[in-house]
Amino acid sequence: MARPSGPPRESPLSVQAVPVTSGRAPEGLTAADRKRMLRVMLLSRALDERGMTLQRQGRIGFYVPVEGQEGAQVGCAVALDPKDWLCPGYRETAVALSRGIPLRQLLSQLYGDRADLCQGRQMPNHFAFREFRFVSASSPIGTQIPHAVGLALAARLKGEKVVSVAFFGDGATSSNDFHSGMNFAGVYRAPVIFFCQNNQWAISLPRSKQTRSETLAQKAEAYGFSGLQVDGNDVEAVYAAVKEARARAIAGGGPTLIEAVTYRMGPHTTSDDPRRYRSAEELALWKSRDPVERLKETLVREHALTEEEFDQFLEAARAEVAAAIQEVEPLPPPDPGTLFDDVFARRTPQLEEQRAAFLAELPGSGGRKE
Amino acid sequence: MTELTLIQGVNQALREAMKADPDVVLLGEDIGVNGGVFRATEGLLKEFGEDRVMDTPLNESGIVGTAVGMALYGLKPVAEIQFLDFIYPAFDQIVSELAKLRYRSGGQFPCHVVLRAPYGGGIKGGLYHSQSTEQLFASIPGLKVVVPSTPADAKGLLLSSIFDEDPVLFLEPKRIYRSLPGEVPDGDHRVPLGTARVAREGSDVSVFAYGAMVPVAQQACQGLDAQGIHAELIDLRSLVPLDEAALLRSVEKTGRAVIVHEAPRFCGYGAEIAALLAEKALYSLKAPVVRVTGYDTPFPYALEHLYLPSVDRVSRAIERTVRAA
Repeated sequence: MARPSGPPRESPLSVQAVPVTSGRAPEGLTAADRKRMLRVMLLSRALDERGMTLQRQGRIGFYVPVEGQEGAQVGCAVALDPKDWLCPGYRETAVALSRGIPLRQLLSQLYGDRADLCQGRQMPNHFAFREFRFVSASSPIGTQIPHAVGLALAARLKGEKVVSVAFFGDGATSSNDFHSGMNFAGVYRAPVIFFCQNNQWAISLPRSKQTRSETLAQKAEAYGFSGLQVDGNDVEAVYAAVKEARARAIAGGGPTLIEAVTYRMGPHTTSDDPRRYRSAEELALWKSRDPVERLKETLVREHALTEEEFDQFLEAARAEVAAAIQEVEPLPPPDPGTLFDDVFARRTPQLEEQRAAFLAELPGSGGRKE
Repeated sequence: MTELTLIQGVNQALREAMKADPDVVLLGEDIGVNGGVFRATEGLLKEFGEDRVMDTPLNESGIVGTAVGMALYGLKPVAEIQFLDFIYPAFDQIVSELAKLRYRSGGQFPCHVVLRAPYGGGIKGGLYHSQSTEQLFASIPGLKVVVPSTPADAKGLLLSSIFDEDPVLFLEPKRIYRSLPGEVPDGDHRVPLGTARVAREGSDVSVFAYGAMVPVAQQACQGLDAQGIHAELIDLRSLVPLDEAALLRSVEKTGRAVIVHEAPRFCGYGAEIAALLAEKALYSLKAPVVRVTGYDTPFPYALEHLYLPSVDRVSRAIERTVRAA
């Protein structure tokens, strides 16, 4: 892994020239493990394919694709303990899948249906899964970063040997809460990992205009802890980096900022057209570094995977997504009365009154007005 | 019962809560070694250690964001914002995260944080140590807003806030932190949130106030007794949720209402009360509702005594209402 003090780079694209691993194969990651990782990456990609289409067809309202960042996300998630806390942004679908969150639950969130654990209250991809310690994502950028610090400090106070991970992108490194979280974590030596997926673009703003810093990883230095840059499209390198950061945190060595250099191959969301701000050549270059293809090639080269097997995996992933969509799509939207739940632990008298009036005025309620 | 100041009531509530529950942790600027700039956390670092009484870097968003994370884990963090005037860097955390986590996660991630913040004028604090901006927070669904006006309520409401299940902004009227001591019940004294207090019974007019305006209104009401005007004073105590029933009960009895707050008038909390009375008590009203408030200016320094509602201004407003009909 290149330390932030590595050789100067001319542009974000040249980062791939930086040596990213020590050359050692990550310990404890067998071919079978990597095949499982590949399948999760393919599942995420299959969900992206359908998610984009479902939005275009008007069947869901919005979609945030992961495409291109699967290696970074799965590499990171697999290196963690299931008890570690995750503070995601809204582009962490492959992290969720990697943690074993059922596809059906993700789809219910995308549809905002009655089975959605969030009761259809958020835009698609803003997941929350308490049972999996996958904290509720919001749309403001960077706000989850101090949450990870608080979770890590709380766990330490209670004597639980876990870490928390804040997921965010290159854009978030300019946010107020990046500074807040990084500084608090440094001061308290919190067992936290700041996992930055530098996907080169914050909607239309390139990484080069986000900060004058040579790397994002070097920002850790000012906060008094380690930062490192890793090839985010190399799932094994990411895994190794996160393993190391996790071990350091658990041992009391404090936080780590990991800059996983990757690329958002798709649009920011279904509302975005990246052709307005980036070239076809750039996209083609990064498609040649596709993390899925890379892992596949490695496994094929090691004779751990055949082309036929890969095709089967991809078909299986697509079939799984299709089956889950079929299962979820008929589900009705949340019950209208739930609109007033979970504002507080219990509805206030004001909310009770509004709820009663709302229900009385609903079509089909008999039209009784106050 | 012990006679305490309001700030001592706060201190006692924090100590009681920390003794009762190891999950209660404090964080904020200067709250540890220094015991807080107002001494709200005096002695607590020594008693509970730096893991539970955390001096933080000077960054309100970091304080609230970290507290949110702790609450997500299951702790009961109580964060001090040194002055309400300095809370704005944390506004995003409060509005976008703290107040919405339970809702947006379908109840999976309740986020119970108490934010304590001294607020209000009358201490020669100028623009940035005096403001009352409770209305900004009262308008955010998912956040409770509580304001004590007596030492006993400071303790009782704070203990209830700490052991509540929802995020609470606990506003402390710093002007009366020390000036008006009162009897405070010992031990685990709790005052339920969402209940107003009848500070003084009367039949001619209802006066609604909270925080440091309660003693001002109290004095005004007392002064009018001699003129045969018997004012009822309601201390709201909880702006969210509001004890509507108590307000309506009082106005149905008196037929007149005067609302007193330090914050500017336009879109102030008093507007909500006036609207409530217009919607639900119009036929009980004998006279127009009157508001006595700060002016629609930034908070002044040299002229703060003229800006803040005074006993005199409140008295005149009450008289005007009663004489109107």
